[in-house]
Amino acid sequence: MLGIIRQKAFAQSLQRIRPATSAWRGYSSAAKEMTVREALNSALDEEMSADPKVFLMGEEVGEYQGAYKISKGLLEKYGPERVLDTPITEAGFTGIGVGAAYYGLKPVVEFMTFNFSMQAIDHIINSAAKSNYMSAGQISVPIVFRGPNGAAAGVGAQHSHCYASWYASCPGLKVLAPYSSEDARGLLKAAIRDPDPVVFLENELLYGESFPVSAEVLDSSFCLPIGKAKIEREGKDVTITAFSKMVGYALKAAEILAKEGISAEVINLRSIRPLDRPTINASVRKTNRLVTVEEGFPQHGVGAEICASVIEDSFGYLDAPVERIAGADVPMPYAANLERMAVPQVEDIARAAKRACYRSVPMAAV
Amino acid sequence: MMKTVSTITINLLCQALDFPGGKVAYISEMRFISESNDKRIPCYRLLDDNGELIEDSDIDQISKEVAVKMYSEMVTLQMMDTIFYEAQRQGRISFYVTSVGEEATNIASAAALAADDVVLPQYREPGVLLWRGFTLEEFANQCFGNKADYGKGRQMPIHYGSKKLNYFTVSSPIATQLPQAVGAAYSLKMDKKDACVVTYIGDGGTSEGDFHAALNFAAVMEAPVIFICRNNGWAISTHITEQFRSDGIAVKGQAYGIQSIRVDGNDALAVYRTIRAAREIAISEQRPILVEALTYRVGHHSTSDDSTKYRPADEIEYWKMARNPVNRFRKWVERNGWWSEKEESELRSSIRKQLLQAIQVAEKTEKPALGNLFSDVYDLPPSNLREQEKQLRETINRHPQDYPSDVPM
Repeated sequence: MLGIIRQKAFAQSLQRIRPATSAWRGYSSAAKEMTVREALNSALDEEMSADPKVFLMGEEVGEYQGAYKISKGLLEKYGPERVLDTPITEAGFTGIGVGAAYYGLKPVVEFMTFNFSMQAIDHIINSAAKSNYMSAGQISVPIVFRGPNGAAAGVGAQHSHCYASWYASCPGLKVLAPYSSEDARGLLKAAIRDPDPVVFLENELLYGESFPVSAEVLDSSFCLPIGKAKIEREGKDVTITAFSKMVGYALKAAEILAKEGISAEVINLRSIRPLDRPTINASVRKTNRLVTVEEGFPQHGVGAEICASVIEDSFGYLDAPVERIAGADVPMPYAANLERMAVPQVEDIARAAKRACYRSVPMAAV
Repeated sequence: MMKTVSTITINLLCQALDFPGGKVAYISEMRFISESNDKRIPCYRLLDDNGELIEDSDIDQISKEVAVKMYSEMVTLQMMDTIFYEAQRQGRISFYVTSVGEEATNIASAAALAADDVVLPQYREPGVLLWRGFTLEEFANQCFGNKADYGKGRQMPIHYGSKKLNYFTVSSPIATQLPQAVGAAYSLKMDKKDACVVTYIGDGGTSEGDFHAALNFAAVMEAPVIFICRNNGWAISTHITEQFRSDGIAVKGQAYGIQSIRVDGNDALAVYRTIRAAREIAISEQRPILVEALTYRVGHHSTSDDSTKYRPADEIEYWKMARNPVNRFRKWVERNGWWSEKEESELRSSIRKQLLQAIQVAEKTEKPALGNLFSDVYDLPPSNLREQEKQLRETINRHPQDYPSDVPM
C-alpha cells in the first residue's frame, strides 16, 4: 500500500521534473572546441579570480603546473599563497584543507589520483562529510576534492580504482563526475561555489579530449546544477546510464545500435550523489529497458544503486531485467590485453542493450 | 649546524657539502647520533609541590582577578567532572570523559589565550570551553542531547562545540584536529589576523600519522599554531613507554624545525606563562610552537574504562593527592591572601548546587524535534531527505503507538 502511494507521489514529482530535463539537450551553435584540461583550468582560474577565498593545494600543482597540467599558469598568476605545493602527505594536506574550510576559506584539494585519497579518507568522511551535521550547522566545509579517478592506461591495480560508489555512499558529501568540457567547466564551478564538501571525479584519459563548447559555456558565470543528469542522446527503446569516460562509449554503442534499429537513450549522470533519480526513472518509464554502465567494480557500485532505485520506483514499467555493465571483479591487471578485458568496451554495452531488448540469446557471458 | 667549524676553515679546506638547504660539514670519523640525549629535556615550573614560588622568577605577576578566576574555574571543572561522572554511573547520561588531574593544563592554557584565538580540542579539554564562558547548563544540555544542545542531539556526550566561543566541535578520531588546526592557522595568516590557533593532543595521539603531517606542514607553511601535548602518561591502557621511545614529545619539535618546550602541566602558573609566551612567538613571528605539558590522567580513560585493571591503585592515589594541581595552586593563591577556607566552601557549595540543578533541568528538557534528524546533512535539504521525512511523519501519524512519545514532532 505504501509502495503505491510512494509511486503516485513520485509520478507527480516526475511530471514537474520532465520539462526541465528536456531543456538540457545538445549544445547551441558550437563554434569553439576545448579540451577537458583547458575546461578545468579555465574554471579554476575564473573561480579563483572571482573569490579570493578560493585556493588550490596538492602535490605538484604549483611549480610543476600540475601533475596533469590542470593547474597550468595558476601559480604564476595567483602566487604561492593561493597555489600551494604540498609535502607528500595526503592525510596532512587533506586535513589542512578541511581545517581551512572550517575557518572560512574555500580550498580545492587535488589528489594526484583518487587512489591516493585512501590515505586521507578519514578526513574526507569523518571530518568533511559529517561536520556540518555533527556540529548542527556551526561548522560548514566548503571544500572540493578533485583529481583523476578510475582506470587510466597501463597503470595497474593501485592506480586504476574507481571511487565513485565509495564516496557516493556517504551522506554529507556531493559526488560529481564530468564527461565533456562543458561538464568539466560547469560542474567544477558549481562545486567550488557549493557550501557543502564535493568530491569531483575526473578522468585522466579524458583530459586531452576536445569537445565543442558554446559561448554560454565559455562565459565566466556559467554553472551547471548539481544533481541533474543530462540526456546526451534521446531514444525510445532502451535507457543507457553512464558517467565519465563511459558516456563516450555509451554514445558509440548507441550509434551501433541505431544501425540495427534500436534507439538508445544515453543519460550522462554528471552527478553521482545526489543521483538524478527522477530523470533516470522518467527515461525508463519511457523506454522500459535499462542498461547501467560503469568502469568500476560491480559489487555495491553505482549501477547497483540505479537498479535498486528503478525497481523501487518504476518496477511496473520494466519490460526486461536490468543489465549491469561494470569492470571485472579483479584488481586491474597491467598487461594491455588483460587490461582491455577488465574494463567495459563499446561492444559489451551494445550487447547488453540488445539483451535488454530481447534481441539476442540472454546469456550472462560474452 | 656549523657551530664547531668556522667559515674561514671551510673556505680554505672546502670540507663542506653544498646541499639543497644549506652547507653541511664533512667528518671523517663515523658517528651515529645517539637515540637519546644524555640529559632529558628539563621541565619548566614556577611553583613547587607545595605551591611555593621557586625563585624570584622572571614572571610578570598575574593579577588577583586572573589568579582567583583560574582557581575558581579549576575547582568548577573538578566538581563538574565528579558530578557528571556520577550521573553517568547512575545511568542518567550514557557516557562521560573526565579531565581529573589535568585542571591546570586546561584552565591555565585557556587563560593565557585571547577570545579570537581558535581552539581545536582533542576531547579532554572542556576546561578551555569553561574558561571562555560555556555554562554548566550548556555542558549538561550537550551530555543529555536535549533540544537546547547546540549540537541538536547529534553527538555522544562530551563532544562539545561552540562557534561563538571559537572552540571547534570535538571529533572522535584521534589527531585529525592537528592538520586541521594548521589549515585554520593558514586562514588566519592569510587574513593577517592578530590571533593564533591552539590545538590539543594527548601523548598517545602523537603516534598518529596526522601528528607528523601537521607538524611538518606547520613548519613549512610558517603557520601561527600552538600544539599543546597533554602528556598524561596513559593512552587508555597503553603506558607511554609502549607508545614511543623518544624523550617524550618536546624532543620531536626540533626534528620538524619547530621551537618546543616542556612544562609542568600541573603547575598552573608555569602553564599560563608558557602559553602566553608561545602565543606571542606564534603570532609575531608567524611560526608554530610545540608545548609538552607533563601531567597525569587521574581518572579512567572514560566511563567505559576501569583503569585499576592496568595500573596500580597507589599510583593513581599518589597523583590524585600529593600531585594534585588544584590543591597546589590553591596554596599559592591563599598564601597571597587572595583566597580563604570560607570562600572555598562557598564556591564549592554554590557550584555543587548549580551542577545538580543543571543536570535536573537538562534531564527533563525535551529532546530535539524530529526534523533535526534530517537537517544539516547538507547546506540545503536534498529531495530524498525531504521525501523521507514526509514519509516518516505520515507513518508516525498512522501508527503513533509504535513510536517513542518523547520525541517532539
